Amino acid sequence: MSDINTAMIEKYRSSFLKEVEANVEEGEWVKMCMQCGVCSGSCPLGKHWEHPPQEIFMMIRAGKREDVLSSDSMWMCTSCYNCIARCPRGLPITHIMHGLAVYSKRLGLTPKKQPTADFSQIFWDNLMKKGRVNELKLGLSMYFKDGFGQGIKNAMANQKLGQNMMKAKRMNAMEIFGGHSVKDLSGFQKIIKKAQEIEEGNVKDFK
Amino acid sequence: MADEKKFAGYVCTGCGLGERLDAGQLETTATRDGKMQRCKQHEMLCSAEGVQMIKDDIANDGVTHVMIAACSRRAKVEAFNFTDVALTRANLREGVIWVRPDTDENKETTQEMADDYIRMACAELKSMAKPSASGEQSLNKHILVVGGGITGMTAAIEAAAAGYPVHLVEKSGALGGAVGSYYKVIPTRSPYDAPAENPIPALSEAIEADGNITVHLNSTLTNTDGAPGRFSVDITTESGATETVSIGAIIQASGWKPYDANQLPEFAYGKSQDVVTNHELEALAVAANGGPIKRPSDGKEVQSVCFIQNAGQCSDKDGHLTYFAGVTDLVSIKQAMYFKALNGECDTTILFDNLRTPGAGGEDFYRAGQNAMVTFSKGIASEVIPGDSLTVKFEDKILNEQTEMACDLVVLATGMEPNSGPDPYAQLMVDEAEDEAEKAKAKAMLENAPASILNLQYRQGTDLPHLKNGFTDSHFICFPYETRRTGIYSAGPVRRPMDIQQARDDATGAALKAIQAAENAGLGRAAHPRSGDLSFPSFRKEGCTQCKRCTVECPFGAINEDEEGYPMYNESRCRRCGTCMGACPVRVISFENYSVETVNQQIKNVDIPEEWDEKPRILVLACENDAYPALDQAAQAGVEINPWARVIPVRCLGSVSLSWVTDALNNGFDGIVMMGCRRDDDYQCHFVRGSAMAAERMSKVGDTLETLNLEPERVILHEVAITDVERAPQLINDMAETVEKIGLSPFKF
Repeated sequence: MSDINTAMIEKYRSSFLKEVEANVEEGEWVKMCMQCGVCSGSCPLGKHWEHPPQEIFMMIRAGKREDVLSSDSMWMCTSCYNCIARCPRGLPITHIMHGLAVYSKRLGLTPKKQPTADFSQIFWDNLMKKGRVNELKLGLSMYFKDGFGQGIKNAMANQKLGQNMMKAKRMNAMEIFGGHSVKDLSGFQKIIKKAQEIEEGNVKDFK
Repeated sequence: MADEKKFAGYVCTGCGLGERLDAGQLETTATRDGKMQRCKQHEMLCSAEGVQMIKDDIANDGVTHVMIAACSRRAKVEAFNFTDVALTRANLREGVIWVRPDTDENKETTQEMADDYIRMACAELKSMAKPSASGEQSLNKHILVVGGGITGMTAAIEAAAAGYPVHLVEKSGALGGAVGSYYKVIPTRSPYDAPAENPIPALSEAIEADGNITVHLNSTLTNTDGAPGRFSVDITTESGATETVSIGAIIQASGWKPYDANQLPEFAYGKSQDVVTNHELEALAVAANGGPIKRPSDGKEVQSVCFIQNAGQCSDKDGHLTYFAGVTDLVSIKQAMYFKALNGECDTTILFDNLRTPGAGGEDFYRAGQNAMVTFSKGIASEVIPGDSLTVKFEDKILNEQTEMACDLVVLATGMEPNSGPDPYAQLMVDEAEDEAEKAKAKAMLENAPASILNLQYRQGTDLPHLKNGFTDSHFICFPYETRRTGIYSAGPVRRPMDIQQARDDATGAALKAIQAAENAGLGRAAHPRSGDLSFPSFRKEGCTQCKRCTVECPFGAINEDEEGYPMYNESRCRRCGTCMGACPVRVISFENYSVETVNQQIKNVDIPEEWDEKPRILVLACENDAYPALDQAAQAGVEINPWARVIPVRCLGSVSLSWVTDALNNGFDGIVMMGCRRDDDYQCHFVRGSAMAAERMSKVGDTLETLNLEPERVILHEVAITDVERAPQLINDMAETVEKIGLSPFKF
């Protein structure tokens, strides 16, 4: 368990709802849910969620901290915004789901091998290196994220697609050697660093 | 001159009547068959010119009886409003041309229909007299309000503000009622974000300052006699001093009593002092005096509280209330906000299954509760385990698990029971119970009857009849405040469970109704639903057999009995439904413009074709409240009605005399369709019991048919709603088919 997680447990001992309000983006909306279930019914992936949004909100109120933060449900959100459009109370449900995902990741509670979480990390790391996404490397990282053997299998399976993309000049094999970056890479990195600082500052008492 | 009757008919040729019908022949029918002394045509009778023509005849030629052959009696009421004459309307537009196709082969039957309606109207007119008030009426502007709670106080203020002196009677020593003891109330004004100040002190001041309101504290009604406009009421104080006041109309606002939570042992009520009802919590909040609310057992400041919604209400369990108080979810939100305001970080949880927050600000107030961090959990509590910290066991309906929570205080959101007098029909319910369980229930109700509130000296009992669950009303939706006792209106939670705002709206409505009743009584006019009607029932004493059916069956308890057992009509208590008329086995009861004879004459004057003409006749007796308007609407929509039908509107199916049925069959009618409103449990009968009485009386009509050697299918009784626009004509057409199947009546002469 991460230190930060321990700190948060200590701090919001009595109320997980208050913790969510303070630390999760748009978390202050959770209390306004009236449990109608329209979000869960509207979610195109709803049946694949272990806990649909309505349930997540109820679990937060019931103080089920571990269950919520280590759930992979909010990682299932594809940002289709159907729930936001339909919520009679106007809750920004999509944003709350992303907020919860971010928070669980910060606390180190995200389930291992959660594909969305893994992809997000790979995408982020890839992006940070050159200030732009290196598609070849992103693809390869995804292929090999579950080990070398699986990576080869994935690569073989998509061989044809890769060749066609190269033929159509949609992908350049040379990108494997470093690849090109944005014009002012260090400037880009400074921007990101500053943004991260601001965001951390926004999260109340979050150390 | 005064006694001389002069009959005049007027045939309208507008709205296509002139094109579809032979107006000349209609005129001939009216004068030759209908014996009208004169008959005139006009191309638009409802125009100023047409109306003036009739007015001139009344003024200059002394016309006393007017037959108007034009549209339905429900149309152009303002134009054809001649108060100085007896008036009847032959319905040629909605009744004939609009329900028959405009083709050559139908021309003959359409004209026959129209001729018949003229004959019927003329015959009716012949046996009618101009209705006029009985002369026993008197105007008394005093309004009596029974109950000094928020409803009664508001009603008193509203009536007084309209210029009607009020006697406000309260049995306790202070005004205010239940609301008087509340800490704060549900907000009634935008933004609906916090509990509002208690309105009682301001109302008390207003009443004190109002010279039009006389307050009687520690007082009850010991005797209420008379009728609207002339109630004589004894107001007796605790010490026994009695004052008799004369009253025009009465408002009963006797309020409610909290449900007895001792019937909820599963929630440890009575076992732990820290389990209280919503009603009792108000006292704790008041006692806190602006500081944190403390729990009763040890005075500890409450740090966590759980509200259990629907405790003992909305439930089929034995001893529970089957209905919802409507307001208790808002009350719990309000009380949860007390804790948030007074006890700081107090954890407040509301365990609900169906959260209902009615009213304009209900949803906003719910949000305000959520914003204040009140936790709303969808769950059903099953048990409260007493202890230093109480444990509430509940089923979480969202997470689908049995779980529990700990808290310092449990508040049970219990329901409201009406504070009404004994039901005058409790004995009747015992007698009429269909099974043992029902009988036992009715008996228990009779035995546990509360003390009388009004002490009415009525043949049918001392208090207002109950509608459901002891609430005194006659119909929640269609006729609010109207009870089954004319001139006595119920308002507030004695009528149905409600919150403060609804009770105050109710009080205002009932005050206006009471004023209307007093004014109507002053003019001798009927109250709802035949408002303005001047006709009233009278009976021929020499024919009366003192059978008492009219006094028993009157749905409004309007008729008392004298020492010899003859009926004593109280005109201003009467709603003019005619249920007494339908009840009377010797047919001695009649209204000036509606009697056994007026309908009988219509039936007898329908032209019955010979058997070989193969033109059956179907008599339709349609209730003027729902069935007749439904037929009118059908006509407007162009729904076809069988040409053999002859429709007679009746005031209520309860006024239908069995003699009309036998006479019609004897006259050669082939089928009879009776259309009344829905009856019994979810009745829509405008006279409450009329339709049910009719159904009961007609259940014996089969015997009559048997003695006549007729098929029972020839007479049928239907429940028809005003919305049955397609169905009502279909029912008539169905009878035509039935007649075709079983053949014409053998009674054609």
